[in-house]
Amino acid sequence: MTAAILELRNVNKSFGPIDVLHDISLKVHAGEVLCLLGDNGAGKSTLIKTLAGVYQPTSGELLMDGQPVSFEGPREAQKAGISTVHQFGGTFPLMSIGRSFFIGAEPTKGFWPFKIYDRNKANEIAVKAVQEFGITRIDDGDRLIGGLSGGERQSLAIARAVHFGARVLILDEPTAALGVKQASHVLRIVLEARKRGIAVIFITHQVTHAMAVGDHFAVLIRGAVAANFRKGEKSREEITDLMAGGEAMAALEAAISSHSLASETNPPAA
Amino acid sequence: MNTFSFSDLLRRPESGAVLGLLFVLVFFVIFGSVEFLKPAGAASWLNVAANLGIVAIPVGLLMISGELDISIGAMIPAGALTVGIISGQFGLPIWVGIAGALGLGVIVGLINGLLVVNTAVPSLIVTLGTLFAVQGLALGFSVLLTGTTSVALSPAESGAIAKALFGQFIGGGFQVTIFWWLLFTAVYVFYVHYSPFGNWLFAMGGDRVSARNAGIPTDKLTITLFVLSSVSAAFVGMCQAILFNVAQVSAGMTFIFNSIISVVVGGVLLTGGFGSVIGIFLGTITFAIVNQGIYFTSFDRNWSSLIIGAMLLLAVLMNNTFRIMALTYSPKKK
Ligand SMILES: Nc1ncnc2c1ncn2[C@@H]1O[C@H](COP(=O)(O)OP(=O)(O)OP(=O)(O)O)[C@@H](O)[C@H]1O
Ligand SMILES: [Mg+2]
Repeated sequence: MTAAILELRNVNKSFGPIDVLHDISLKVHAGEVLCLLGDNGAGKSTLIKTLAGVYQPTSGELLMDGQPVSFEGPREAQKAGISTVHQFGGTFPLMSIGRSFFIGAEPTKGFWPFKIYDRNKANEIAVKAVQEFGITRIDDGDRLIGGLSGGERQSLAIARAVHFGARVLILDEPTAALGVKQASHVLRIVLEARKRGIAVIFITHQVTHAMAVGDHFAVLIRGAVAANFRKGEKSREEITDLMAGGEAMAALEAAISSHSLASETNPPAA
Repeated sequence: MNTFSFSDLLRRPESGAVLGLLFVLVFFVIFGSVEFLKPAGAASWLNVAANLGIVAIPVGLLMISGELDISIGAMIPAGALTVGIISGQFGLPIWVGIAGALGLGVIVGLINGLLVVNTAVPSLIVTLGTLFAVQGLALGFSVLLTGTTSVALSPAESGAIAKALFGQFIGGGFQVTIFWWLLFTAVYVFYVHYSPFGNWLFAMGGDRVSARNAGIPTDKLTITLFVLSSVSAAFVGMCQAILFNVAQVSAGMTFIFNSIISVVVGGVLLTGGFGSVIGIFLGTITFAIVNQGIYFTSFDRNWSSLIIGAMLLLAVLMNNTFRIMALTYSPKKK
């Protein structure tokens, strides 16, 4: 295994008196999917926000390709090739599909100070990216985001991240709002990104989804890494228990997930 | 796709403003006379529109970004007094006075912006505070340094160039600020609707956190917008002082409500994320026509407030409808 693209060393994060992350050490490798698991409030979103430049670690180190880095803001993280779909938001109801797809990275034509936002190009690329994602109903980049369904919005956000995700793709519960078909599309996208050598960090509450794509699993319990293992090292039941914060949940979860497994292994019509 | 259609027009933020403008035009032609469209009449409302419009556009951009700035009400007289005190009272070159007025705008804008960005206090409250602070400061200094709240600035002190650029009447009654207003509008239209900057603005107004997460420098942008509105207000005050040869403390407060009305009539969503510069431009003209057109009718001028009030409510209702149309629009075959 080559050096990790992204590495956290003893990272702590607190908001004032509230300690959210404790001494997190993790590595993300190229062409590998790291599944980040844990109960609600375990600190998953906080962890990926420190990777995405939204928060700065209170202490500890972030390394990219073995070199210490610190991201002043989301822009720096993006420039370094880290592209993130956050759990909430990310789309702008009153903006067009094309504009919202390229926020912060608008295609332009012409010269400063007369750089013009290239609407046609933006619309074309955005529509193509979403259609490749299986949302073929979207064919006009001038449509407003607010007129799309929740799943369509999420698909758009993921398509955007994939489009800009040069090296590391972070998805925070990307399948939460999605239909079965779109969810398996997301899983396929994740596998596709992995094949292209991108490092993927994938957060989910669904064991089935985690087991379908994960190479490497890290479980957070109350802000600390409670387990860190590779594919095949733990059984589905053990993972389920860990995800529930270490409580015995296996029986109930297994019943539910075997149910959803049936629908997920059906390949989508497209 | 590029063919013109009425429904395409209706989905734009300024559609309500276009209808509003048509309505008041027809109204005042019927109840007044076409006189107010002829040069002498047009000058009266164009002058009002120009002074208001220069401030209304940055105020509208702030509203699109989800903020409010009411301190402009104090910045206009403060800008006027600054140039009056520096160049009128102390006789320094007019350019120093102009730089002083605009510089004060930059400072107040920075204070507004930094306070809004760095505290959790809503911009309405922050700028309410600076509104009173700046007003007090302007009054206090004016009395302290000149012994009066109305400072003379003679044409000789302004000088021919500054007078021609900022404070002359062209063709009888047209203030030169009309041209500044048109120029600024053109520049804003370009930057808001044709450059990437506009995209950032709308994203920020739509969802500030997501915009920041997408890498947009939201803090810098917000501060810039506050500086823009303060400087614009100082600019208007400075022009008025040079035009009328006197700087007064009084005028200014009406600009607060008038600019907000123009912006809302122009189709800007009060909660941010939606609007257009052309809409604000048309909203300003609409407001100015109602404000001045009443003199061309036989109605008592007090009725103009009723018209403006009714128009504002109507505009908000209409704009809601248009926005819903825009949201639910999906292109069917054409
Ligand atoms: N900005 C903040 N200030 C204070 N506390 C915060 C902040 N952000 C998160 N927290 C706290 O940190 C803890 C972890 O939150 P986080 O959003 O990372 O959880 P999560 O693992 O993503 O949960 P979920 O599965 O529900 O999305 C929570 O207890 C939350 O209250
Ligand atoms: Mg979360």
